[in-house]
Amino acid sequence: MQLEKLIVSSSPHIRSGETVQRIMFDVVIALIPALIASIIFFGLRALLIVILTVVVCIAAEAICQKVLNKPITISDGSAIVTGILLAFNFPPTVPLYIPIVGGVLAIVVAKQIFGGLGHNPFNPALAARAFLVASWPAQMTNWINPDGSSAATPLGLMKLEGIATPYWDLFIGNIGGCLGETSALALLIGGAYLLYRGHIDWRIPVGYLGTVAVLSLIFSQDPLFYLLSGGLMLGALFMATDMVTTPITKRGRLVFGIGCGIITVLIRLFGGYPEGVSYSILLMNALTPLIDRYTKPRTFGKKVIKNA
Amino acid sequence: MRGKTFPVGGIHPPHFKEATEKKNVKPAQIPAKVVLPLQQHIGAPCEPLVAVGDTVKVGQKIADSKGFVSAPIHASISGKVVAIEPRPHPNGTNVMSIVIEGDGENNIWEGVKPYGNYKELSPDELRKIFREAGLVGLGGATFPTHVKITPPEGKKVETVILNGAECEPYLTADHRLMVEHPEDVVEGLRILMHVLGVEKGYIGVENNKEDAIEALKNVVGDDTSIEVVSCEVKYPQGAEKQLIKTILDREVPSGGLPLDVGVVVNNVGTAATAANILKTGMPLIERIVTITGSGVKDPQNLMVRLGTMFSDVIDQCGGFEGKPGKIIMGGPMMGLAQHNVDIPVIKGTSGILVFNAKEAKKYAPTTCIRCARCVDACPMSLMPATIANYALKDLIDVSEEYDALDCIECGCCSYVCPAKLPLVHAIRYAKAEIAARRRK
Ligand code: SF4
Ligand code: SF4
Repeated sequence: MQLEKLIVSSSPHIRSGETVQRIMFDVVIALIPALIASIIFFGLRALLIVILTVVVCIAAEAICQKVLNKPITISDGSAIVTGILLAFNFPPTVPLYIPIVGGVLAIVVAKQIFGGLGHNPFNPALAARAFLVASWPAQMTNWINPDGSSAATPLGLMKLEGIATPYWDLFIGNIGGCLGETSALALLIGGAYLLYRGHIDWRIPVGYLGTVAVLSLIFSQDPLFYLLSGGLMLGALFMATDMVTTPITKRGRLVFGIGCGIITVLIRLFGGYPEGVSYSILLMNALTPLIDRYTKPRTFGKKVIKNA
Repeated sequence: MRGKTFPVGGIHPPHFKEATEKKNVKPAQIPAKVVLPLQQHIGAPCEPLVAVGDTVKVGQKIADSKGFVSAPIHASISGKVVAIEPRPHPNGTNVMSIVIEGDGENNIWEGVKPYGNYKELSPDELRKIFREAGLVGLGGATFPTHVKITPPEGKKVETVILNGAECEPYLTADHRLMVEHPEDVVEGLRILMHVLGVEKGYIGVENNKEDAIEALKNVVGDDTSIEVVSCEVKYPQGAEKQLIKTILDREVPSGGLPLDVGVVVNNVGTAATAANILKTGMPLIERIVTITGSGVKDPQNLMVRLGTMFSDVIDQCGGFEGKPGKIIMGGPMMGLAQHNVDIPVIKGTSGILVFNAKEAKKYAPTTCIRCARCVDACPMSLMPATIANYALKDLIDVSEEYDALDCIECGCCSYVCPAKLPLVHAIRYAKAEIAARRRK
């Protein structure tokens, strides 16, 4: 019998329904509660900033890939995720040229130059943020309270003036800060969704937040305040869990989370900035290949762990 | 219900067993022609003992080899040898085969006589019987059984495990065997235990086959030397190393064999066939095959004579449903995709799986997003993304350092990868390269 067009490929012949697109889509879903919170607290301008940043990121990706003569992959959704995460790092007052510059930096410099999705060593949103803070320190830290009055962040208040913010305001996000980082509640809802969908490993957020809590106790700081303030929740749940830039081994992910926690506390206590989340994650991003190498799991049937 | 299982990795693909899991095994028609490849087992290929023009009878040995690791081939129908020539084999190459044209009589060879009770036969006599009967592992590995039950000097075997996990989706041949002939399975286990002189035997069955577990337990009764173990439904529960870990919590050392931890594992089908060989004297001339998938009209479990063409077998299941897009020998996780259906059922054919053109997908790989799903799914605790990545860069030494050789090719990593990367394919390449370099 002659049969045409039989597919002859190697096993396995069935695949799970999971796709890169589906994962990115889920991350976007998980970010929606925080987006809603930012609109509630900071108004429609928050939405405008997020949409602008996302559009810039998508356009930058498409144009960059066109110029580099590579297949255009904006449909994978990763530029949308980067756009939202980057926008979440802007204060509500940010002048609109900053999201534009930031989106281009994140996609072109931090991602495409390294070879695109999967090849970038640093979280693109955080890398761009670090650059923007260095270039426009005033504009990137021009905080307002949800009522519109200019304000310092709770961390700034604590570090510079010793004023504590009520826990409830911290928890729901009724405080000064970047767009997406203020509502711990909204971020936790999104994080829970990602955990449920299996897109993040508990080891990173638990390692990260746990370390911050323990260290703040050791240095006789208020652990609850430490956990709820600044970009920690956003960082621990969404930035430090970015698949591309974090270890792929289980032990590695725990090490990564703990490392982020240690650096964050050290910066908050001893550094020049009140905040330390982005730098700690970027630093640990740089260590990711090394961590992967030294946390290779013990192969079934081998007595000792041999590091490759 | 939770059962015992192995601790790391594994996946939960849909079972796809509904089409055939409740269907009794039916005898397939005796084919008018069979093609019997001289290599249907792991080890040395056989040499023909017959010539073109000879008449042969069912059960007559028609090919054998002097090698220890080998298994003879027997005529599965009576008739005339019409050709001895290379023919397409399910492994994708052309293999020297004996072609028999049937006389429609099903004449049994005179030498086929019951061997009687195993208790009256010595282990060495039994090994010889199974060798002469051409018995090999019927789970798909086709390793000669007599070799498996001949532990080398100095190796002590304490346990025999029968593998009834049948963790591959779609396949139900072992399931039906355990439900319909649990006495053969248990008898086979007792025979293997007798040969190896061990006191303890286990039968591991995934607990989506409650009826099989029940049936086996009924036969075992209060015999405490045999335990039926209900295992969690998780692929690859039936992989040898994972099954031993599950039942005995022992790890077969890297590069080693179950023998290294005092265990011999056999498929339930192999055990039942061993029991039948003693009962009837008939060597291995047929096996149960599950014919299923979206591309088959009437999926079945059939007892098929070895050498029957895939096309014949599919015709007996109502033929193709729609246009076939992919034809696989074995299960969807580890089976071999075929170029056509003019190939014979061989000793290792546990299933014939047909996907229709719509279901047979080609997956377009994108890039690794380092999601670590493959790492988490690997039952051998490997880093598939890393090994595959180095393999594709031809950094074979590095992929070896990441223990590429320990890969059991179960396919879990490729299954879960959201980027649809052909990880196992790349790792197989690395393994082949490493092996080639070692031979040099
Ligand atoms: S195929 Fe190999 S690397 Fe992939 S999951 Fe199975 S054992 Fe691990
Ligand atoms: S599952 Fe695929 S995408 Fe995820 S880490 Fe492994 S190879 Fe990369």
